[in-house]
Amino acid sequence: MNTTPEQAPALAATGTRTLKGTPPSGAQAGRQTLAVWKFASCDGCQLSLLDCEDELLLLADRVEIAHFVEASSATVDGPYDVSIVEGSITTAHDAERIREVRASSRVLITIGACATSGGIQALRNFADVDDFTAIVYASPDYISTLRTSTPISAHVPVDYELNGCPIDKRQLLEVIGAHLAGRRPRVRAHSVCVECKRRGTVCVMVAHGTPCLGPVTHAGCGAICPSYDRGCYGCYGPMEAPNTDALSARMAQLGCEEVDLVRVYRTFNAGSTAFQRESEAHERG
Amino acid sequence: MSEARRTRVIRTDYLARVEGEGAMYVKLDGREVAEVKLRIYEPPRFFEALLRGRAFTEAPDITARICGICPVAYQMSAVRAMEDACGVAIDAGPLRDLRRLLYCGEWIESHSLHVYMLHAPDFLGYAGAVEMARDHREIVEQGLQMKKAGNAVMALVGGREVHPINVRVGGFYRAPARAELRTLVDPLERARETALATARWAATLEFPDVQRATELLALSEPDRYPIDLGRIRSDGGLDIAPAEFDAHVVEEHVEHSNALHARIRERGTYLTGPLARYALSFAQLRPLAREAAREAGLGPVCRNPFQSIVVRAVELVQACDEALALIDGHVEPDAPAVEVIPRRSVGHGATEAPRGLLYHRYEIDDDGTILDAKIVPPTSQNQLAIEEDLRAVVEAGLDLPDEQLSLRCEQTIRNHDPCISCATHFLKLTVDRG
Repeated sequence: MNTTPEQAPALAATGTRTLKGTPPSGAQAGRQTLAVWKFASCDGCQLSLLDCEDELLLLADRVEIAHFVEASSATVDGPYDVSIVEGSITTAHDAERIREVRASSRVLITIGACATSGGIQALRNFADVDDFTAIVYASPDYISTLRTSTPISAHVPVDYELNGCPIDKRQLLEVIGAHLAGRRPRVRAHSVCVECKRRGTVCVMVAHGTPCLGPVTHAGCGAICPSYDRGCYGCYGPMEAPNTDALSARMAQLGCEEVDLVRVYRTFNAGSTAFQRESEAHERG
Repeated sequence: MSEARRTRVIRTDYLARVEGEGAMYVKLDGREVAEVKLRIYEPPRFFEALLRGRAFTEAPDITARICGICPVAYQMSAVRAMEDACGVAIDAGPLRDLRRLLYCGEWIESHSLHVYMLHAPDFLGYAGAVEMARDHREIVEQGLQMKKAGNAVMALVGGREVHPINVRVGGFYRAPARAELRTLVDPLERARETALATARWAATLEFPDVQRATELLALSEPDRYPIDLGRIRSDGGLDIAPAEFDAHVVEEHVEHSNALHARIRERGTYLTGPLARYALSFAQLRPLAREAAREAGLGPVCRNPFQSIVVRAVELVQACDEALALIDGHVEPDAPAVEVIPRRSVGHGATEAPRGLLYHRYEIDDDGTILDAKIVPPTSQNQLAIEEDLRAVVEAGLDLPDEQLSLRCEQTIRNHDPCISCATHFLKLTVDRG
């Protein structure tokens, strides 16, 4: 890729090193190229790719992993067939960098709550970022940051978004595989409730009165929390057309106060439209 | 200008095979090392600020998101600190054992990742593990299988591998049943065999002859290898409770860097992580791990950071063996959690993340609202020690060609498994990307 700004010379430099196994420049015949990019994030979603212990080497046999800095110092110039993007946009430099990633990618897939809704760091969107900077850093002047943390789709067109904080690695493999094969990924947009029913988990809200975001949260995790006697906390973000009003009313009956309702919608997907609107409704409350 | 005074710059602007975004810059003036920097340019995420106003019960889930590589470490330091604030101590019994088991899972996952995928390629001359697998598929596959065993522990006890959901202040949401834990025995026994083989294999690698005198700091307990609690000790004689961390460790702004560097007051640079734990708690290693260390040719103290790959392998033996012992002796707790009632107070928590000491401090209100938060991750504590290592390695390698010296420098950084995503949220930084 010849468009990354300041990092580009070093990337090129590492790419030309004579390490064993350094792939040749450009895509090898017959193999599609995959690139992994990081913006503001915890690294957990790209780690999910390395967590595919049984599939990682098979994937590497089928596609050329052309750019994945956490895993390899060898990088191949773009354009890339598929780019996987983790993290949100929080600096002017990164807002520029994502445009360059987009320009060099045939398909761009965003993974995880940071990339799809701004992540936990989007809590700054509800506060004054200067206050945040002053709390954490003794010399706020050194800090160059945008006032908001925004999803990738606020900056460039995105071909596919995979929800989750963190994403589910089986879904990641499905999404990568589908795009390499040129078909639609089999990822459902229904609620976590459906996943509970499928695995036969007793409803924690109905049976135990435990507040649960399952009815409004996007499926994908496999409904882990209720299977551990815990209410869903919404880390996969809103499902398609969520009825947050009705759920909030029910949670209020179960004892949640307004401050609690603001908090439950304002976590890892606080910047998603549905959860942001619902948290603001209770803040005004 | 004579050739002897020529300025030479060794730099890598985007360090590979570390977690997060960092850069390295070394400037030589003739044969003098003029400047050494491990630079952090990952964007800040303001965790200490966004924790203010949240419920004390939310800290383990929120702080887990600082790092996808060691979320359990964040959860454990957070719950320890909150329980300390509320006058609760889970220092023994089944709940503590379950916490240690979960933490062993994270050590196995994180150390396997580092040994096989991030560090080994440096020694064998590959760009990464996938490239290495073309020639050494079996080695990489055995590393991945050991990593998978660690993830299996996290998935069962914690609910999932990245950002586990089962940890709460006071204990767990649901304590796994004995029969569930038994399913981990087979993969852990295989992982323990792999860990023993890893220690033997790592001992055969070629190590530059480097000995560092840096003060070593880690948690320590009288009768167990430190993971989830203990006093903070150093080989220079420091011996304090976690609550005294702030009084003894200062973060200084040094002129050559825009990062805060942690030092022990009036003493200076220190190193936390595997080398420190090993040196301070060699006697507390399980016999099998001590035997693996002896077989690998390690003495009771290792001061060569390049050999940290061997020490991590020994800690893999330790973590697998301890996890198996914890499952073997498991007693189901009466309740998955003890009650923790908030009160206006300050609490401290320190645990051993795979990369070293992780300190949390919280001030909470009567209703449990977080008023103030402070988090000191291992990588920010180690930054100064890493830069001093870099200086020593460059001084010893002045006659190496640039490319080799640069690789040696990158390896020097990777010796300490830095997690820049962790360090960033509190480091001061410039967005000067050179």
